[in-house]
Amino acid sequence: MKKETYMLKINNLHVQLEEEDKQILKGVNLEVEPGKVHAIMGPNGSGKSTLSYVLAGRPGYEVTEGTAHLGDVDLLDIEPEERAAAGLFLAFQYPVEIPGVGNMTFLRTAVNAQRKARGEVEMSAAEFLKVIREKAKTLKIDADMLKRPVNVGFSGGEKKRNEILQMAMLEPKMCILDETDSGLDVDAMKLVSEGVNALRDEGRGFLVITHYQRLLDHIKPDVVHIMADGRIIKTGGPELALEVENNGYADILSEVV
Amino acid sequence: MAVKKQINTAETEARIDTLDLPQDGWSAASRADALTRLRAMGMPGRRDEYWKFTRPDALVQVSAPVAEVFDNDDAPLMDGQPCLRAVFVDGVFDADASDDLALEGIEISRLADTSADIHWAQSLHGTLETAGQTPVARPLAALVTAFATDGLLIRVTGNPSKPVNVIYNRTSDDADVMLHHVVKLEQGASLTLLESGPAAARLGTVMEVDVADNAAFHHVRTQGRDHQRLAATHVFGRLGTESTFKSFTLTANGKLTRNECVLELTGDDAVAHVAGACVGDGDFHHDDTVFVTHDAVNCESRQVFKKVLRNGATGVFQGKILVKAGAQKTDGYQISQSLLLDGDSQFLAKPELEIYADDVACSHGSTSGAIDEEALFYLRSRGVPEEAATNLLTLAFLAEAVQEIENEDLRADIETRMSGWLERHRS
Ligand SMILES: Nc1ncnc2c1ncn2[C@@H]1O[C@H](COP(=O)(O)OP(=O)(O)OP(=O)(O)O)[C@@H](O)[C@H]1O
Ligand SMILES: [Mg+2]
Repeated sequence: MKKETYMLKINNLHVQLEEEDKQILKGVNLEVEPGKVHAIMGPNGSGKSTLSYVLAGRPGYEVTEGTAHLGDVDLLDIEPEERAAAGLFLAFQYPVEIPGVGNMTFLRTAVNAQRKARGEVEMSAAEFLKVIREKAKTLKIDADMLKRPVNVGFSGGEKKRNEILQMAMLEPKMCILDETDSGLDVDAMKLVSEGVNALRDEGRGFLVITHYQRLLDHIKPDVVHIMADGRIIKTGGPELALEVENNGYADILSEVV
Repeated sequence: MAVKKQINTAETEARIDTLDLPQDGWSAASRADALTRLRAMGMPGRRDEYWKFTRPDALVQVSAPVAEVFDNDDAPLMDGQPCLRAVFVDGVFDADASDDLALEGIEISRLADTSADIHWAQSLHGTLETAGQTPVARPLAALVTAFATDGLLIRVTGNPSKPVNVIYNRTSDDADVMLHHVVKLEQGASLTLLESGPAAARLGTVMEVDVADNAAFHHVRTQGRDHQRLAATHVFGRLGTESTFKSFTLTANGKLTRNECVLELTGDDAVAHVAGACVGDGDFHHDDTVFVTHDAVNCESRQVFKKVLRNGATGVFQGKILVKAGAQKTDGYQISQSLLLDGDSQFLAKPELEIYADDVACSHGSTSGAIDEEALFYLRSRGVPEEAATNLLTLAFLAEAVQEIENEDLRADIETRMSGWLERHRS
């Protein structure tokens, strides 16, 4: 039953903003099995990023009802860094720039902090350097970018590739990709998809948030969900993404109402 | 309307009364002049505009408040590396603990050694301090010029093979110390001067640095980590043509520190950088007061000050760039920033520009802010625990000041000290 250990299980999740009385997620139910790729599509403002942030533990949201587990870990009960150590990874829709912190220092700190939290041996500087160089190369991230401060002065596409590099280094169990395809040119999209596909294995689940079918041509999803107004309103196979691509959301939304 | 300054005659005389003015030796005349200057200015008082953000009381009062000896300080800078070590204990030069002061390209003697009738330092002693009294009075500097009991007189004629490493040790709880260093770099000479150690319960210093044409002076200093100690330091620099002056100070702890730096760029194409990083907790009070005067063409000056404050700590920055008429093509930069780790701490800044030339590029900025929550979450989402993430962001904040240190090993040393402090001062 090892395979089941890292199932992402979201049950009736209700979330509102801490600052104002605004309900954003209104009962999300979702299960992503290890080894599977689930896609979430949905109109702007439907709550996709909010879902990913709440899972990662970003401050500012209040869970008013429901649960979220990664395997038997209650995600909502622990700190963001503990969620990361438990195997959760979020590739941000808008990666954050951190002046003064070198990309390499940052990643090595992160890798070793997670290892330490899990009681594993830390990676030596030499070993880390070897691994990161290799992975950066396949993502066409040059040595100069590794040395620069985290995301500072990176182009939109470079930031997204850097997210995938982090994912590759951290080897998470559950990867959430929030619009990693937006802002990527055709070649970068291929690179990023290859990066993601290289990480696909039976122990690792993916939740891919996107607006476009095109990404899903590269990263073939097993299941596609449509999110609208804080709920998953429809779930289907890859054909659902094609339907959205061709007809937009109008038909699907009207079906539900 | 000019307000006539009230001179604190009583406080000034009370302090002078307890001190001995050396009557003999080559510095006697200069010391007597300094005393006259001091009497004319009076000791700083709470109503002085220049002391608006820092209470001078403890620096002015007759005897130094007791500060128990703190023997837990970090090792001296460049410990164990090739340096010429000059050790002071409670403000007195300790020849036994120091290295032989002979080194090619440099002459070092003691201020306390009055055996010489005429000394090369005679023409410099007190002159830069005097020049630095205009337009703003610095009575504590005149006090040191008059009464300093020891210090180093350093004349650099070449390019000595190693840094001069001044180490201030302390054994007494009430050491009230005044030191005066006079540094003269002849044309084309270069020197790296390091200073570290707890020094005194109350420390007053003046360092006059005359940097001749094409000479280069690098100064890196860490102030005692001893929280109870008080310090009022003054660096006066004069820069000749194509000369370089770079000074960096790290202050960790200290309930009262006032670091004044007064620089005058008098030769064309000179470069002056002065930077400081400080980290303080609780009743920490740290004041950087800087005055840079451009009086030549095509010079560059940078002031970079960063302060990390927590639990009600106070940071002060008073910085000025004065560009005199004719100092065209001046490139002046000044930044002072504080990172407030909680709502109780405060940063008081008074950045000033005064420009009388028309072809100059001067910028200044001052900010106060908290840890960037977005960056903090991003780091945590990658598995970096909150405290480590906060420390990483704090060091990143300080980095711009530390970058001003040219020597990579010294930079790394300073970073280690800062991380150590952050480790010890957890939220
Ligand atoms: N901190 C916040 N303050 C105010 N409103 C917020 C905040 N966070 C989210 N919202 C609102 O919640 C709703 C859902 O936002 P979210 O970013 O999750 O949408 P999304 O599905 O990711 O949209 P997109 O496809 O445009 O990325 C939007 O109406 C948004 O304006
Ligand atoms: Mg979004």
